[in-house]
Parts: sequence; structure tokens; C-alpha cells
Amino acid sequence: MSDETKRGESTVKSYIAVWAALLVLTAVTVTTASLDLGKIAIIVVLAIAAVKSTLVVLYFMHLRHEKRIVIKILIPIAIALLAIFIGLTYSDIMNR
Amino acid sequence: MSIERETPGTGREAVHEGGGHETVGNGEHVGGSESGRFRGSESGKLGMWLFISTEILLFGGLFLLYAMYRLKNPADFHAASLDLSRFAGTLNTCVLITSSLTVVLAVFSLQRDRAKDAVRYLAVSIALGFVFLVVKGFEWAAKFEHGLNPNASFLATQPKGVMLYFGLYFTMTGLHAVHVIVGMTILGIFLVRIRRGTITARNPTLLENAGLYWHLVDVIWIFLFPLFYLIS
Repeated sequence: MSDETKRGESTVKSYIAVWAALLVLTAVTVTTASLDLGKIAIIVVLAIAAVKSTLVVLYFMHLRHEKRIVIKILIPIAIALLAIFIGLTYSDIMNR
Repeated sequence: MSIERETPGTGREAVHEGGGHETVGNGEHVGGSESGRFRGSESGKLGMWLFISTEILLFGGLFLLYAMYRLKNPADFHAASLDLSRFAGTLNTCVLITSSLTVVLAVFSLQRDRAKDAVRYLAVSIALGFVFLVVKGFEWAAKFEHGLNPNASFLATQPKGVMLYFGLYFTMTGLHAVHVIVGMTILGIFLVRIRRGTITARNPTLLENAGLYWHLVDVIWIFLFPLFYLIS
């Protein structure tokens, strides 16, 4: 969010498009959950959730237009930390 | 919270404005380089993102707990999630997503000096937050009726995994609901401040940060929804 021109790129139209995409993805995730996909189901719904939250972060939270590297890397760092926590705990629990 | 701490920054922005900055409060770098000092609204935004990353880790800890207990008790988790209303969960997802849209439109309007539109969008957002809480309230009430609330004697007779599931369900959706209430409060305060003219297109960062917080609440729900409602 550095200047007005950059701001202008995220127009109302793109906001509404993202909103519509989020609603469609919600419908998709509910539909896939009612199909009997077995073990893949959790991967599918989490993948859709990841796509949805990426849309929110990039467009609604404007990370897409964020120039400052300090802010850009904060969220990936938090997610990486979380992945390490979950990965290590998982391997601990599975190999006990 | 970092949102409030930012207020002194708005004073400095006025100085910037005299210096010919076109978009005051939009976080220009002093000196224009990445290594330049953060000032005013700039540091407020950085603080907000830092806060958001700590929130990710706060909920992350709970998601970790959920993942490991589910790994240990997959059948119980699946059985327990049947008790949740998929319809209510889907409805609430749509409500929160829509409220995120109205918040981003409120920020957009304020930045373009359309305070009236901003106030209107904020009012809709707060109303949607309220709808979310009402639906949540009905869901919780139904759980209490069925004796699935924490410390209920019926729940104590259930398998371990079911107890864990509902413990996590109440903790995580409860913590999320607290965030919704906090978000609504902040949006409400800023709505009043926009009407009074103390938040304007010149210092939109306060509202931008409130928006970031609201979207975070949305993102957390985007993960809570499939994990609790869609696993049966």
C-alpha cells in the first residue's frame, strides 16, 4: 500500500470477484465433504481452505500490493513455524 | 492493542502532509528505502501484522492439539462431528465472508474520502458479525440441550475422542467468537469516529488495521469450518 495508484488496482470489482470466488469455494468444499472421498477428503477440504485464506490475505488484506519485505515475510514465517510444530509433534506421536 | 497505540502517529502524518505527501497516512517510507525507519502509521501497520502472526500461532497451537487428538481418535471425531449442523456452519461461513467484503469496501470508501459509504459498510459488517454470533449461539444452545457442553454428565459417559472433540469445539469456536466480539467492538468504535470525523481519508490506517483484524477472524473461521463441520 504505497500510493494511490497501487491502491486503485484493487478495485471494487476485484473485491466482489474474490468474494464470489470465496462463496463458490465454500459451496465446493461442502459438496466434496458430502461425497464419500475417504481419506483424501481432509486433504481436499484443507486445500480449499488454504486457497480461500490465500485469497483473503492477498486481496482483502492487500498483501499482494505490500511492498515492504518485513511485512511480506511475517505470515510465511508464522506458517512455517506452525508447520514445524505440527510436523515435529506428528513425528513424535507416530513414533512413540 | 497495536490499533490504539497508533493514534500518536496520526499527529505526525499531519506534518508529512505539509511536506507534500499525497497520500497521508498511507505509510510512506521515510527516505523511500526499505531500510528507512518506520514512522507513524507505518509502524502501526507493521505492529498489526506482527500481532496477526502471533494470532496465527495462538490458534495454531489449538489446531495442533486438534490434529494430534484426531490422529489418535479418528472414529470418535467423525462420529462427534455428525452432531454439528452443517447448514449452520455453511451459513456462518457465508456470513463472515460477506462481512469481510463489506469491511474491505468500508476501507476502500474511506480511502477515497467517502465517509458516508464507509459508515454504511461498517454498519453492515457489524450487523453480519451479530448474525454470526446469533447463529453460533443457537448452535451452542443445541449442544447444551443435548448434554454435550463441557462438564456435562452425559458428555462424561461418551468415548474419550468425543469428549476431546467437543472440548476443542467449544474452546476453538469460543475463542473465535471472542475475536468476533472484539472485532465488532473495534469496528463500532471506528464507525463512531468516522462519523465524528476523527478518522478520515487522511488517517485511514486505523480502519485499515481494524480491517486486517477482521479478515484474520475470517481466515481462522475458514479453517475451523471444515475441521469441525465437514469431517463426518
